[in-house]
Amino acid sequence: MSRNGHSATVANVGHPALAEAFTLDRPRARWHDETLWFVRSKRDKAAWTLPEWELLRETASAIKAHTMSRLAEYLEQFERQAQKLGVTVHWAKDAAEHNEIVLGILQRRGAKKLVKSKSMLTEECHLNPYLERHGIEVVDTDLGERIVQLAGEPPSHIVLPAIHKKKEDVGEIFHEHLGTPAGASDPLFLAEAARQHLRDKFMQADAALTGVNFAIAETGGIVICTNEGNADLGVSLPKVHIACMGIEKLIPRAADLSVFLRLLARSATGQPITTYSSHFHGPMPGAEMHIVLVDNGRTEILGSDEFRRSLNCIRCGACMNTCPVYRRSGGHSYESTVPGPIGSILAPSRDAKLHGSLPFACSLCGSCTDVCPVKIDIHHQLLTWRKEINHRGLLSLSKRVGMKLMSRLFSSPRIYAASGWLARKIVPRLPRFMLYNRMNAWGKRRELPEFPRESFREQFARRKNGKGGHGK
Amino acid sequence: MGSRENILQAVRAKQLPDKPAPSLEQNWIRYEDRRAQFAAALQSVGGRCEFVAGGAAAAAKLAEHPAWSAAEKIVSLVPDVVAGNCDLATVDDPHKLEDVDFAILRGSIAVAENGAVWVTDQGLKHRAVYFIAQHLVLVVPAGAIVDNMAQAYEKLQFAGPGYGAFLSGPSKTADIEQSLVIGAHGPRSMTVFLIEAI
Repeated sequence: MSRNGHSATVANVGHPALAEAFTLDRPRARWHDETLWFVRSKRDKAAWTLPEWELLRETASAIKAHTMSRLAEYLEQFERQAQKLGVTVHWAKDAAEHNEIVLGILQRRGAKKLVKSKSMLTEECHLNPYLERHGIEVVDTDLGERIVQLAGEPPSHIVLPAIHKKKEDVGEIFHEHLGTPAGASDPLFLAEAARQHLRDKFMQADAALTGVNFAIAETGGIVICTNEGNADLGVSLPKVHIACMGIEKLIPRAADLSVFLRLLARSATGQPITTYSSHFHGPMPGAEMHIVLVDNGRTEILGSDEFRRSLNCIRCGACMNTCPVYRRSGGHSYESTVPGPIGSILAPSRDAKLHGSLPFACSLCGSCTDVCPVKIDIHHQLLTWRKEINHRGLLSLSKRVGMKLMSRLFSSPRIYAASGWLARKIVPRLPRFMLYNRMNAWGKRRELPEFPRESFREQFARRKNGKGGHGK
Repeated sequence: MGSRENILQAVRAKQLPDKPAPSLEQNWIRYEDRRAQFAAALQSVGGRCEFVAGGAAAAAKLAEHPAWSAAEKIVSLVPDVVAGNCDLATVDDPHKLEDVDFAILRGSIAVAENGAVWVTDQGLKHRAVYFIAQHLVLVVPAGAIVDNMAQAYEKLQFAGPGYGAFLSGPSKTADIEQSLVIGAHGPRSMTVFLIEAI
């Protein structure tokens, strides 16, 4: 898949097909599953160190609900305060305008080399290929993002962008692009090679671009959280800092961070806090700072009573780490910048036809909802999306026909009983090719259960008539 | 109509019932021994905490740092602990700090729950020194430990331009197969001196 392969201009393959391809390499798929479950386990341990964990989640959720109920007010306050600090504030209605604004800032400054820290928003806007087409060298400086950038792929996870790569893969990529010895795959060695390579890029950069974790309305400041320190190092050397954010990143007060910073890293990786939680209020002396506020479909989600709460997401990735489908199918199978459970709500909001398979990539187990630090009712929203996709007539033919048949079957006790009887008589006698074929998705790589001789209702009727006896 | 007005209008188009902001004054976690908790939290994220009586004791501990004897370029804003040999005031361009081995700087608050120290760029000409130095040493008054982040934010003010950050341990990454590597882009070590008298 090319880095731009998940662009919204082409038809998507759909989650089932890509997930199937991912699971073909069984040892690798198992390793992926176990690695993410390890991160989920670290999250649990970190959460259990705080007796007030649930209170923190409640409070975070209430702060977000409050913010959304007054978002316009807070956006205006944020803009006012940021401008007072000497920041230039830009507004972009969509990805195209966002990209033009960023390019315009760089061109005015004659900047040719840009270092970036992690920003899912710029991934969503496909900023990198756009800037590259205009002659800008763009270097992602988060190690995971640099790995996938060199590999020509999009991130497969929002917190762990290269979680689908094994160290041998990284060794090969670095051998090709950074000149490390062939076969070198020790993480310590590879990370040191990346440190040296990226130091050069930091030293040469004309401008730095970052994402934003939180924007504080009352102070006009932005907060960026990293473990590597790449955002801080990036923006403290060149004279231009561009920060790009979705309008949902607002929080009212600086003190609200005392809630969010306690939740974010614990939920993401099980750390008590990220190594760097940096508060930027205005540009460095002698430098310039730009903040780009982006809509790109967010106001539409804000207007929806069903899906508004998905905007509360603080991008910790906990729902991905815990999701049995994500862990077993990999981030790329979602064909969406934000994959996993929360991405399966956000992506259809953007384009329901393109991303219509995602709400079905879910067993409705509800684990995502349980771990979400801001208490988004993720699996309920996924179920709502399924109904919505059906209402809009976007369901695949097989699902449509299947649902119709099921609905007939379950709404008539007589048809239900008759087809059960028929199935019990016929299915055990059928040859394999008639059971395990393209028509039966359930039979893929698994055996059907053994059919009982009689149904519960038949058993019940027999015992009630005194013919059954006790016990068996 | 520009995008600013477009966006604000679209946000306002949906009248949402007002929901009050929750109180942040709750019974948040406290520790019987804040110092021990801070030291343990910092250690868990790869940092080191030393309790020292004063500048001389801190200097003695610093000399035990495995990288100290080989250090050539040293930035220090805490002369009571050690004198630096690179005066930030005379450095015009932060790029020239690329080869700084040690930075000894002040922190104002230490947070017991997560091992983080609050630092700012007040009186610091180049904030890059926090991230560009190979090793970072923060000197924090021993009386400045708080239990949790809520207490920390009660002490913070954001009036006017500036940079401030919670730093918790050395720069790190686990982006290659979840293997923890210390020293991603920033400092390879972080030592915090909780100092009684300075």
